[in-house]
Amino acid sequence: MGAIEKDLASKDSLSTLVRYENVTKRFGDIEVLKGVDLDIKPGEKVALIGPSGSGKTTIIRMLMTLEKPTSGVISMGGEPLWHKKSSSGKLVPADEKHLRRMRSDIGMVFQHFNLFPHMSILRNVTEAPIHVLGLSKEEARERAVDMLEKVGLGDKLDAYPEQLSGGQKQRVAIARAVVMRPKVMLFDEVTSALDPELVGEVLEVIKDLAKETDMAMILVTHEMDFARDVADRIVFLHDGQIEEQGTPQEVLENPSSERLQAFLSRFLRN
Amino acid sequence: MMDVYVDIIPKILPGAIITIQLLVASSCLALVIAFIAGLGRVSRFAVVRSLTSVYVELFRGTSLLVQMFFIFFALPAFGFQFSPFLAGVTALGLNYGAYGSEIVRGAILAIPNGQTEASIALNMTRWQRMRLVILPQAIRMMLPGFGNTSIELLKGTSLVSLITLTDLTYKGLMVQNTNISYTFPVFIVLLIMYFVIALPLIFGVRKLEKNASKGVVKA
Repeated sequence: MGAIEKDLASKDSLSTLVRYENVTKRFGDIEVLKGVDLDIKPGEKVALIGPSGSGKTTIIRMLMTLEKPTSGVISMGGEPLWHKKSSSGKLVPADEKHLRRMRSDIGMVFQHFNLFPHMSILRNVTEAPIHVLGLSKEEARERAVDMLEKVGLGDKLDAYPEQLSGGQKQRVAIARAVVMRPKVMLFDEVTSALDPELVGEVLEVIKDLAKETDMAMILVTHEMDFARDVADRIVFLHDGQIEEQGTPQEVLENPSSERLQAFLSRFLRN
Repeated sequence: MMDVYVDIIPKILPGAIITIQLLVASSCLALVIAFIAGLGRVSRFAVVRSLTSVYVELFRGTSLLVQMFFIFFALPAFGFQFSPFLAGVTALGLNYGAYGSEIVRGAILAIPNGQTEASIALNMTRWQRMRLVILPQAIRMMLPGFGNTSIELLKGTSLVSLITLTDLTYKGLMVQNTNISYTFPVFIVLLIMYFVIALPLIFGVRKLEKNASKGVVKA
């Protein structure tokens, strides 16, 4: 890379945290993503909406390195995520070491919480800071207690996941991801597995978090009101492609594509 | 009537010590082998996976007695001389270790994939995922299987009497040989002694299972 190109690249990475370039994903014969281009700015909150099977979840799972793109390049802070530059300058598949370095900027909350059932709530949240970030037990505990209090679970430190409600579990999962202080947080339909009366408490926690953090967030969700409140931008996916995107106002109130109109009207009717 | 038992029990008892020593030593060996081979079966390296599965199928698929004979009688021809005790422990450890590795493998694979994904999302290394997240949950699921296998192993130890080791069975047969009218009391005493040795295993595992039922993902 020449000096000028390097300069451009670093400038570019200031305005773009995550970049998808013509990313495709195929599971066997099924093409889930058919060429996605998407840029996320540092601190930006982006909601991904769309019918099930449209590829929303796959987009964030690829960023978390849980799913490997079939083609295309995903970059994080200007650096390819799934590839690294070989000595000859070509992009080659990344090894685990590269993936681990890249992952340190990415966090994720899952639909089914995936808390560690054999650990107390406190240990669920301190385990990775201690073993991955190398924090002392005291520092990790302080950080965890602080965060658990913020999500309203300061009195559950010694409980085990099975003793909590779904909404409480999901708030622990959010705390567990946030204490790692990633640059981008991924939320994968985090209220879909919850009883309806527990959805609100989880969405409130995320809304508060979105307000006070400079982390970028990508939220896969079916909650349109929530998307409107939290997101700077809403991206509508259909059949593995980005069909339309814009501010919540533009997307939800003035949808231009027929598919988005049809999708939204289904939601309003429900 | 009772003096028959007074006569034979002290003669058989030293064999029980040997049987217990065999049980403890070969259980330890089997446990270590079970974990090594069980982790090998789920390795991401195909070579490791095939090597360990060859070992497992070989030792599960052939007779324990023949394995013991092979180690004790055949290996010396290649310059590997084993004492009867060491030959017994090695054969029992390798054989039940193969069974145990299936328990280890099954338990590891039974942990929901979401646990691995959550630990990847927290940026744990491969070994940290195994050590901090997967194994602590999997070990709880292994306990009933290990309990059964250790009781099987105890019963398997009686075969060492055939490679000249003076265990419980060997001592019993010796006493029975001296007086044919002792046949019934000798075998009754043997059965009871094996059962008494098995009792702590049965209750130990039951207790461990109870303690470990807390904090496992329910399917």
